[in-house]
Amino acid sequence: MTRRQQYERRQRRRSAGIAAVSTAVVVAAVVLLVPLAPRWDRVKASFFDGAQFRDSFPRLLDAFVLDLKIFAWTAPAILVFGMLVAIARNVRSPALFPLRAFAAVYTDVFRGVPVILTMYLVGFGVPGLGMPRPWNSPLLWGSVALILAYSAYVAEVFRSGIEGVHESQRAGARSLGLSSSQTMRHVVMPQAVRRVVPPLMNDLVSLQKDVALVSLIGPVEILRQAGIEKAKFANFTPYVAAAVIFLAVTVPLTRLTDHLLARQRRRTSATAVR
Amino acid sequence: MTARRPLALLATAAFVLAACGGDDNGDTADTGGSGGDVEDPAACAEGKTLEEGALTIGTGSPAFSPWVLNDAPESGEGFEAAVGLAVAGQLGFEGEAVTWVRTTFDEAIQPGAKNFDFNLQQYSITEERAANITFSDPYYATNQAIVGFPESAAAGAETLADLKDLRFGAQVGTTSLDFIVDIIEPSSAPLVYDDNVGAKAALEADQIDAIVADLPTALYISAVEIEGSAVIAQFPFGAGGIADEFGMVFEKDNDLVECVNAALAALRDSGELAVIEQTWLAEQPDSPPVIPVD
Repeated sequence: MTRRQQYERRQRRRSAGIAAVSTAVVVAAVVLLVPLAPRWDRVKASFFDGAQFRDSFPRLLDAFVLDLKIFAWTAPAILVFGMLVAIARNVRSPALFPLRAFAAVYTDVFRGVPVILTMYLVGFGVPGLGMPRPWNSPLLWGSVALILAYSAYVAEVFRSGIEGVHESQRAGARSLGLSSSQTMRHVVMPQAVRRVVPPLMNDLVSLQKDVALVSLIGPVEILRQAGIEKAKFANFTPYVAAAVIFLAVTVPLTRLTDHLLARQRRRTSATAVR
Repeated sequence: MTARRPLALLATAAFVLAACGGDDNGDTADTGGSGGDVEDPAACAEGKTLEEGALTIGTGSPAFSPWVLNDAPESGEGFEAAVGLAVAGQLGFEGEAVTWVRTTFDEAIQPGAKNFDFNLQQYSITEERAANITFSDPYYATNQAIVGFPESAAAGAETLADLKDLRFGAQVGTTSLDFIVDIIEPSSAPLVYDDNVGAKAALEADQIDAIVADLPTALYISAVEIEGSAVIAQFPFGAGGIADEFGMVFEKDNDLVECVNAALAALRDSGELAVIEQTWLAEQPDSPPVIPVD
C-alpha cells in the first residue's frame, strides 16, 4: 500500500467515525428529547397507536392495490404522451407551427394549474357533460387528469434533454443526409432520453404519491381509506401506516434514481471532492 | 354552494321532532360525563375557558347549511349557530364575549392545544372517537336518508334489497358512509368524497345513483342545492345499531364539558332546544318513505 493510499484510508476512517458520532448524537437527541415534550403522550396516542396500526394495516394494503393499478396504467401513458408533446415543441417546420404553439400552451397551462384543480375539472366536469356509463367512471377520468398534469412535467424534462443535445449533433446528422425526422429519431432522442432518465424517475416517484388525488373524485384508495379509518377512530395512526406502505415503494424507487444519477455523474465528470 | 334561502322550507319529518324532543336520555354513548352535578353552568364555566371572560366556539370551514346559514355563525342563524349561542348564553357569555373560529374536521381532533373551547360541526358521538377526544352530551339526533334524482335507479326502493345494486356516494368520516358499508352493503364499493359538494358533483355526473346523508343535510341538498333531486327514502332512527347523535367536541378531558352538559340539559328542560330545532330544522309536509332495516 502506498503512503498515499494509507493516508486516504486514514481519512476515510476518520470521516466514517465523525459521521457515526454525529448521527448517534442526533438520534439520541430526538429519542430522548421528544418524549420529554409535555404532550408527547397525547401525540403518541394519536399518531403511533400500535393496536390501531395493526388493525388498519391490512385494509390499507388492500386499498393500496388500487394506487398501484392506477400507477401502472398512467405511468406508461404519461411517458409516451410527454415525449410526444416534447417532440411537438421541437418541430422546426413552419407549417407545423400550430402544433408547436399547442404544445407550448399545453405545458404552460398544466404545469401552472394545481393538479387538484385538474382532477376536479376533468374528474367531475367531463363526465358531467353527459357521458353515459361506463364512460363517466371517475377512475377513468381521474387517470386522464393525472396523465394530463404529469405529461406536462414530463414533456419539459424530455425537452430539456432534447435541447441538451448539442446542435453539432443535428448538423452532423443532417450533413450525412438524414432528414429532420430521422435526425430526431436516430440521433437526438437516443441521447436525450438517456440523459433524462434520472429526472424522469423523480417525476415517477412524485406520480406514485399523487395517484392518491384520484380519491378526491370518489374511488377509495389508500389515502382515502386512511382518512376513513382516521375519522372513525379520531386517530391519525392510519396515516402513519399508509406512509409506511408508500415508503416501501418510493424508497426503492428513489434509491434507484440516486444510483442512476451517480452512474451518470461518474460517466460525465471527475471524481467527487470532499 | 348555491343560493341559500330561509330555511322554513327545509325540514325534518315530523317524527324527527317527536323523537328528539323527548331525547333527554343523553347517556346513550360514551360522552364526557353528564352535567347532573352542576347547579349553575355559568358559575361552572368560570375560569375554564381558553380566554378569561370569553368563549371560543369552533365550527366548520366552511360551515354548511342548514347547520350554519350563509357560513356566518356569528349571526346565530342555522341550527348549530343557534345552539352554540344558546349554550354560550347558559354559560354566561353574550355578544362580544363569544368568538367563532373555523377548523377542519382534522384540526378539531388532532392532539395538542385547541384554539376553541368546543367545536360543533355535526360530530357523531362514537365510542371509538371518544378514546381520543371528549364529547358533550348529544344536542341533536338524526337518521340517514337517500338523495337522488326521481328517475334514478334508487327511486321507488322499498327494501334494503332494492338498494343492493346501486352505486352510493357519501362524505368521508360520516355515519352515512358506515351506514352504506355496514347496513346497505351494496354490491359495488361506495365512492367517498371530502364533503357533500363532491358527492353532489358525482350525482350530477351520474357517477353515483344516490347520496346517503343525515336527514337534515339530505333535505337541504335536495331542496336547495341539486335542482330536481329529492329525498327518495329515509331509514329509521338507530337503524342497524348505528345511532347518529351529534356532540360537541372538546380537547380530551377538558373540564368545561360538564358545564356545557349542564347548559344543554337546561336548554332541553326549558324546551329551548326544541324551539331552536323547530326554527332551523322545521317540519316538512310530506316526509320521505321509510325503508325498514332489521
